[in-house]
Amino acid sequence: MKEKKRIVTLSTRDLVQDIEHDGCGECQTSCQSACKTSCGVVNQVCEQEKR
Amino acid sequence: MIHRFELNGYKLVVDVDSGSVHVVDDLVYRIVGLYERHSPEEIVRQLSGTWPHAEVLDAVNQVQSLVDEGLLFSKIEHRERLGERVHDGRVIKALCLNVAHSCNLNCSYCFAAQGTYKGEQAIMPLETGRRAMDFLIENSDSRHNLEVDFFGGEPLLNWGMVKETVAYARSLEAKHNKHFRFTLTTNGLLIDEDVIEFTNREMANVVLSLDGRKETHDRFRVTQGGKGCYAVVVPKFQELVRRRTRGSYYIRGTYTHCNTDFLTDILHMADLGFDEISMEPVVCPPDQPYALTEEDLPVLKDQYERLAVEMLRRDREGRGFHFYHFTVDLDHGPCIYKRIAGCGAGTEYLAVTPGGDLYPCHQLVDDPGFLMGNIWQGVVRLDLRNKFSQCNVFSRPECEDCWARFYCSGGCAANAYHVNGKLPGVDTYGCELFRKRMECALMMKAASLPKR
Repeated sequence: MKEKKRIVTLSTRDLVQDIEHDGCGECQTSCQSACKTSCGVVNQVCEQEKR
Repeated sequence: MIHRFELNGYKLVVDVDSGSVHVVDDLVYRIVGLYERHSPEEIVRQLSGTWPHAEVLDAVNQVQSLVDEGLLFSKIEHRERLGERVHDGRVIKALCLNVAHSCNLNCSYCFAAQGTYKGEQAIMPLETGRRAMDFLIENSDSRHNLEVDFFGGEPLLNWGMVKETVAYARSLEAKHNKHFRFTLTTNGLLIDEDVIEFTNREMANVVLSLDGRKETHDRFRVTQGGKGCYAVVVPKFQELVRRRTRGSYYIRGTYTHCNTDFLTDILHMADLGFDEISMEPVVCPPDQPYALTEEDLPVLKDQYERLAVEMLRRDREGRGFHFYHFTVDLDHGPCIYKRIAGCGAGTEYLAVTPGGDLYPCHQLVDDPGFLMGNIWQGVVRLDLRNKFSQCNVFSRPECEDCWARFYCSGGCAANAYHVNGKLPGVDTYGCELFRKRMECALMMKAASLPKR
């Protein structure tokens, strides 16, 4: 988390930086968790980050 | 592109392409709103009447430094090339195994037509389950983690086959350097000692269907004789969850036009002792009496906002719970490629019928037009596979102006197809709800920051 006097920036994955690397594809398929009738991907965990 | 919003007293700014999220004060919130159309000098001049000149100058500089750091008004270049780099369907890593096209409940709102998917009742033979595991391994290339969801209908109607299929898959893991993650989705009626013990040992995730209060649950979730099953399944779910020491679980509900006050149902489930809860809008044709309406939309959004505030309150009181659709992993969440590609239906994720036929996903099993092949011959409809491989966030024009596009990857292809009859497309009603859920989730992140 980076702080400025008037701004608190939450710690987030930088998606622009991500482009430099290929996705490994090891992460969970979103519909295998608890949806089955909708789609969200941001709630999934990155397998690389988990290590 | 940015998105500014206020919720529960917090002001947030989302930088869409970098994924950055900023919690800001009133002045910065105003400046960010003016930034794209006005020069810094104009902004200072415009706001210096309301705020002290020096403060406005300082705030403009802070905003400018975010821009310079690539955390505000950032832009992902070469989108077309990125779209081409997402999965093409040559690697399959997840199967939804419909082990029973049959159900011991008769829920009128079921998207799977009471488990039969508008076809004949059917049970998947063990040989088909085993072949599905071989098929998955053969098509998974170098992917280590493979996923199989035992689904239906009601998978516990074919429990022996499920257990044998798990054992067979496990026997292949070491030889092929694979790791299977199994999920069971069940209505709970047939949960017994054996199911509890086996799922705890073998299932990475268990999804338990409960809609909330007794009157809500029993409105649709009834036996073939028309009797509500709340009283039978709740104690079974509680026992299964109490004894779950490994893996995850979700209590998963569906809300409809009949319970637009679904917050009460979620809180009821939390009060029953469940702390991992998922609740989704019903998927059905618009002419059904329980279909959600345009008039429901503001009510539903309000329910999500109230849920977020209540969750924060319960968390402070030490009795918090997780809501699946407010779960956002900002720091360790998926990479940009996952966020572009989405669920992988029709490419890396397929549904298998009891007869071994392959479909793009469980929601499209009832449509012969989506038959892609079978587990013996593989995917033969390469045109369909190509179509689904192009279902990414950049191929949907509707996503171009949406701030939440990298949170949902363009949403559920099947839902969009059912609404619009085309691929790729979006389900705009679902989009509205999704964006509200994301605002709530981000507000909760802001609320969890240490006080300054």
